[in-house]
Amino acid sequence: MTTTPDPAFAGRTYPAGTAHTVSAAKIAEFARATGATSPLHTDPDAARRAGHAGVLAPPTFLVSLAQATEAQYIEDPASGIDFTRVVHGEETFTLHRPVVAGDQLVPTLTVEAIRAAGGHTMVTTRVDLADAAGAEVAAVRSMIVVRGD
Amino acid sequence: MTTTPAPADLTALTVGQELARTRHELTRDTLVRYAGASGDFNPIHYNDTVATEAGLPGVIAHGMLTMGTAITGLLDAIADPAAVRAYTTRFTHPIPVPATGSVTLEVVAVVGALDAEAGTARVDLTAEVDGTKVLGRARATLSLPDAA
Repeated sequence: MTTTPDPAFAGRTYPAGTAHTVSAAKIAEFARATGATSPLHTDPDAARRAGHAGVLAPPTFLVSLAQATEAQYIEDPASGIDFTRVVHGEETFTLHRPVVAGDQLVPTLTVEAIRAAGGHTMVTTRVDLADAAGAEVAAVRSMIVVRGD
Repeated sequence: MTTTPAPADLTALTVGQELARTRHELTRDTLVRYAGASGDFNPIHYNDTVATEAGLPGVIAHGMLTMGTAITGLLDAIADPAAVRAYTTRFTHPIPVPATGSVTLEVVAVVGALDAEAGTARVDLTAEVDGTKVLGRARATLSLPDAA
C-alpha cells in the first residue's frame, strides 16, 4: 500500500526552530566536497580582508540546515510522504546577504504547496532563515516529486 | 579547467558572454565526501543494491552535489562568491556514478541578462554529462558593482 501526500498540510507554517550556529569547519567541508576553491571559504584572514565577519559559505551551503528543517514535515507519518518514492524536482536559494561562519540562523518551515500532476504529487517547501535579531538572511525553496503508482 | 579573467563590474559584461567553461570529475569518493559534508546519507548515493531496487540504473550523484559543483566555475570566474544573491535549478536527469572510475560534469556559464538598475546579472548555467543535460533552467543572480 502506498500513501499520497495529504493536501491539508499546504499553507502550514511550523514554529521557528532553534538557532543554528554556522560552523567554519562545516563550511570548509562543504566547499571541499563541491570543489569551491576560493580562500574566502577556508581562510578567516582572507574573509576578513574581504569585509566578512567569518569564512564565507558557498551558495548552496544552507541545503543541510534546510533539509534538516524540512524533516519535521517530510518524516511526519501524517504527511503521507513515502520517502522511497521521492525525487528532487527543483531547488532555489535566495541570499539576502552572504552567510558566514558564526552566523546564528533561526529556520522556519512553511509547506507552500501540494499539487497533483500526472499521477505524481509536487510538494513545495520553503525554509526561511533569520538572524538573532529577526532580520531575513536567506530562503531555501525545495520542490520534491512524490511518485504515484 | 579554463576560465576567462574575472569581470570587475557589470559594465564589463555583455549578454551572451561566456564566463566559465569547466569540467568536474565525479567519483564514488566525491559522493561519500558530499554525503558527509551535507548530512545527506540517502543510500541511493552509495549503495548499488538500494539504488537498483529504487528503480535507478545504479548509484546516482546527489542532485544537490551537482547543483553545488556546477556553480564553482562561475564562482572562480567572478572571484567573489559573495556576489551570488540567488541560485535556482531543476533536476532533469540523474547522474549514475560507477563504482570505479568517474563521470565528467561539463558546465558552461553564460551571461543571460543584465539589469543595470538593480545592479544584477543573471548567469545561465548549462550542465551536461555525456551530452545529456542534467540541470534545467539553472540560473544564478549576481549582485555586481556598476563602474559606470
